[in-house]
Amino acid sequence: MTAARAATILLRKELRLEFRRRELLTTTIVFGLIVVVLFSFALNPTPEESRRYGPGLLWIAFLFAGSLMLNPSFAREQANDTLDALRMAPISSFAVLLGKMAANFVFLALAEVILVPAFAVLYNVSLARVAGRLILVLALGTGGIVIAGTVFSAISAHARMRELLLPLLLLPVLAPLLIAAVEATALLLTPEPSFGGSWLTILIAFDVVFFTASWLLADFLTEE
Amino acid sequence: MKGRLWLSVLAAALIIAGGYAALFIAPDERTMHQLQRVFYVHVPIWAAMFSALTIAFIADIGWLWTRKLHWDWLAVSAVEVGVVSCTAGLATGMLWGRPAWGIWWTWDAKLTSAFVLWLLYVSYLLLRGLLEDPQRRATLSAVFGIFAFLDAPLVYSANRLFRTQHPAPVIFGGPNSKLDPTMAKALVLCIIAFVAMMAVILRDRVRLERMRHELEELREESEMQTAAAEVPVRGESK
Repeated sequence: MTAARAATILLRKELRLEFRRRELLTTTIVFGLIVVVLFSFALNPTPEESRRYGPGLLWIAFLFAGSLMLNPSFAREQANDTLDALRMAPISSFAVLLGKMAANFVFLALAEVILVPAFAVLYNVSLARVAGRLILVLALGTGGIVIAGTVFSAISAHARMRELLLPLLLLPVLAPLLIAAVEATALLLTPEPSFGGSWLTILIAFDVVFFTASWLLADFLTEE
Repeated sequence: MKGRLWLSVLAAALIIAGGYAALFIAPDERTMHQLQRVFYVHVPIWAAMFSALTIAFIADIGWLWTRKLHWDWLAVSAVEVGVVSCTAGLATGMLWGRPAWGIWWTWDAKLTSAFVLWLLYVSYLLLRGLLEDPQRRATLSAVFGIFAFLDAPLVYSANRLFRTQHPAPVIFGGPNSKLDPTMAKALVLCIIAFVAMMAVILRDRVRLERMRHELEELREESEMQTAAAEVPVRGESK
């Protein structure tokens, strides 16, 4: 079986599991909304300030929501003793990782589909005219969160205090992604939106470097 | 053991020579005067940190490749030495920043990158503490170590695009940034001295890790022996 086909099957399994109960999605979205609301209490921004600080707030919400949401990705397999089944399956460990990454990407993207319009309405920021470019920035940023996050979820699943450990491992690694994603988003929200080429380069570099690294190191993550 | 003695003597001699050169031979700096001399400690500390973290990266790959435990000992030791150097680098930078810039800290590219690097490797050490099985600890922390090392250039280039306040590099920093030749010699001597000191500490730290490992094995062995010896004794007392 090719890695792509095995990953697709795993992706379908993850989606079926999630859409049966929708636990992960609802908690992630509600958590994201709480961050967005708390921000307005903490800083009480004017519309001008919302445009300036909004992108930072939005990405902080995605990073925190992502670091919470990615935890069950491998911890659930660990708790149900299904990690051994995945190990024994005649598929490469990269296929397992790829399937999980795809599933996590879908979950985080779905959460963003709710959170971004909610943010736009609550903070009175118009996004319609930059929608296409914004989706590209969101996809690159979400890709980076999910690539590093899925790998670290596989690492932290074996550790004590794994719920605390995952954000601790993930958030510092995501620092360059956060900077680049926030700046690229901020450039789109200015009165004359522009495409931050160098910021997009950093986002793409982040995705490519860590995707390649996880492809090379996948075998070590799932070994017994 | 003899190697350790010679290496320590060599490092000590280099530190004394470097210190003398930095304090008494290197000329006075035009604008900062004596304050500039922290540069002979600050720059070598970063050189030591980069060498330590590069050794850690190589050791991570070495463990995954060969499965020889001594690579794992080298990896954790090098990261610890790297974190200590990073802390010292940040501290000496702050000591200089306060009189030179009037502030202890600024969110400049180099400072921020160093801080993120510090956080990354502190997370590495925390991760090791939370993994029980030695083999698994070595493997998973090696994967994280590789990710952290690959992240460093990204952190720096992302921060670089923000405005930078740190003094521009004077050694490879373009046509107008010339370092006085005496200053350059003193600096090179100091860098060699600090990297040598780093090597001495690293060597001892690896030795400590090996002893810990041996102790752990002996303890397990003796536990197994006492467990085996206890069974008939309990049977007799009943």
